Amino acid sequence: MSAESALAAPATVRGLLRRVERLAGRLPRRVTLMEVCGTHTHAIAAAGLRRLLPANVRLIAGPGCPVCVTPVDYVDRAEALARRPATVVATFGDLLRVPSTSGSLERARAEGVCVRVVYSPRDALRLARDDPDRTVVFLAVGFETTSPTVAAALAEAEADGVPNFLVLSGHKAMPPPLRLLAGDREAGIDGFLLPGHVAVVTGSDAFSFLAEEFHLPAAVVGFTPTDVLRGVAALVDMLGRGEPEVVNLYSRVVRPDGNAVARALVQRFFAAAACTWRGLGAISASGLALRPELARRDAAALEVELPTPCEPEGCRCGDVLRGRIDPPECPLFGSACTPAAAVGACMVSSEGSCAAFYRHERLAGVRP
Amino acid sequence: MSRGGRILLAHGDGGRLTHELVRELFLPAFANPALAALSDAAILDGLPDGRVALTTDAFVVDPPVFPGGDLGYLSVCGTVNDLAVAGAVPRALTFALVLEEGLELGLLEAVVAGAARAAREAGVVIVAGDTKVVPRGKGDRAYVTTAGLGVVPAGRDLGDQHVAPGDAVLVSGAVGDHGATVMACRHGLAGEALRSDCAPLASLVGALLGSGARVHALHDPTRGGVATTCNEVAGRAGVRIMLDEAAIPVRPEVRAVCELLGLDPLYTACEGRVLAWVERSDAERALGALAAHPLGAGAACIGRVEAGVPHGAPVVLRTAYGTERPLDLLAASGLPRIC
Repeated sequence: MSAESALAAPATVRGLLRRVERLAGRLPRRVTLMEVCGTHTHAIAAAGLRRLLPANVRLIAGPGCPVCVTPVDYVDRAEALARRPATVVATFGDLLRVPSTSGSLERARAEGVCVRVVYSPRDALRLARDDPDRTVVFLAVGFETTSPTVAAALAEAEADGVPNFLVLSGHKAMPPPLRLLAGDREAGIDGFLLPGHVAVVTGSDAFSFLAEEFHLPAAVVGFTPTDVLRGVAALVDMLGRGEPEVVNLYSRVVRPDGNAVARALVQRFFAAAACTWRGLGAISASGLALRPELARRDAAALEVELPTPCEPEGCRCGDVLRGRIDPPECPLFGSACTPAAAVGACMVSSEGSCAAFYRHERLAGVRP
Repeated sequence: MSRGGRILLAHGDGGRLTHELVRELFLPAFANPALAALSDAAILDGLPDGRVALTTDAFVVDPPVFPGGDLGYLSVCGTVNDLAVAGAVPRALTFALVLEEGLELGLLEAVVAGAARAAREAGVVIVAGDTKVVPRGKGDRAYVTTAGLGVVPAGRDLGDQHVAPGDAVLVSGAVGDHGATVMACRHGLAGEALRSDCAPLASLVGALLGSGARVHALHDPTRGGVATTCNEVAGRAGVRIMLDEAAIPVRPEVRAVCELLGLDPLYTACEGRVLAWVERSDAERALGALAAHPLGAGAACIGRVEAGVPHGAPVVLRTAYGTERPLDLLAASGLPRIC
């Protein structure tokens, strides 16, 4: 952010807040809006936006943090793969501390297994090139934003003949869980702030069903506080008027039809498959599996011994991810479960709802 | 010593190659009488009166040479700065190296030259040293450990116990430059604008303390950055520190790198900045003294001290949007995020 925009933003934010307040005055009842992107969770918490909204507008975080929705058996498998001889597990940093049934990748690394943190799938591919005697397994976790980068690394591995680069696909698609949540009466969601980065790939049209089938308003938004508040204002406006639509407020990077090249690349290597989401359960066609002709690159096909997966006792990540409770309503929040000693995945990543609440939204003075 | 050569295990065994290293590299670079005596312990003459301050530090940095500094420069600055923020005038340092077999001699020369340059800038002498070599694969190129000795002039008494509600919190320049630069180098993101702030702070601290402003405590926000240092001070002083986000100077390029890598500039290391807790009515005078020094040109008042709140967050950030949030100690090292 330039110095100029840093100064301008607070004034714009104040203006947008006044607009939200004015529009919220027309609402017949309290409304609940859900954002479904970890970067939104983080940005909203860091700016403290939730506390600036009028009392009848509730903003909650959904299943938008890729680490949080990754089920424990995926982490168990990753850990088991790391314990295989001549194997390197390469992962984004967030997964390192996610609790597995027996510990975490971080603890396994301290015990001597080879887990390497990378910033991109191509870094993992480089590890494979540099060490042809070992199998490099990339933990392919993430939504539509991440899967094209993994597909690109796979394309490179195929083209250059790097046989020892494998992936463990935990990729997920965003529209299917939104369909589930839109139909979940208990969650009582009145509108969605849609993930801007995901929409760059899927296109904003991929979310039209929210208005067409569920009569819910939704807005594709970016990641600055002004972006988020523009989205909130649009949702509150549509709710007040009773005219739900899916609008694209991030048109500086998102097109209605998205990025067809990226999607084609993903299609080349992956096919839609049923997938389990922590907190939401199995959702059909919500995941990506490697195509059968790439079975030799599928780390899920490697034989490993797995523990019986065990989700931590008392952890209510699932209810947090569905928007049924706010993180502080979980009995473990802030006591048994903190970022330093996370019980549930939502406390691990800075994008996780619980970690974001813990770091940024504990009311100053209330808790140590 | 052969140019373009590499470190051998024999460079650390005390024999001919060790002596060659000392004679041809260390002695000319660090040139001073106490070192030239090559005795088992350096004898320091002519220390002024005052309490003696002693510190030690270990340095590991990847990459060992980065924009704005290198392992050697960083080691001397880090040690000098620990003495300076304790109120001591730095006098003498020791400098020990653990080298990995196979290290390029050119890199060692750069590190030693960096250390010598920092010592000259800081007005200290490097009076003793040691070199050990570990087999290839048992270390990461070069590690440095130092000890630093300084003297606290009579009447000077800095410490967190003096930090009190009402104090202003000042910083001598933009935060996070060092950490962001090193991380950017590691990930191939380094641009021309990014540069470590690594610098010896003794003269800046001297200017601040010489201004007459009532300074209660000083710290250099290295590992863990401004947020971590503030937490430590608040804990020791039993106060709450309120920081004002809009007032904290962060370079746009540092902000950008941090955003890309999922880091927070407030938790990112500085190696050439000082945080000062100053009596409120002296804040302007202190700020003026910092800003008049070349190393304090970007000085700013970034917050204030309030009474501690039982069970409350010790450090609170007032965001640019007027909301407040706690700034905790980091649970663990910053990790790259997925998206």
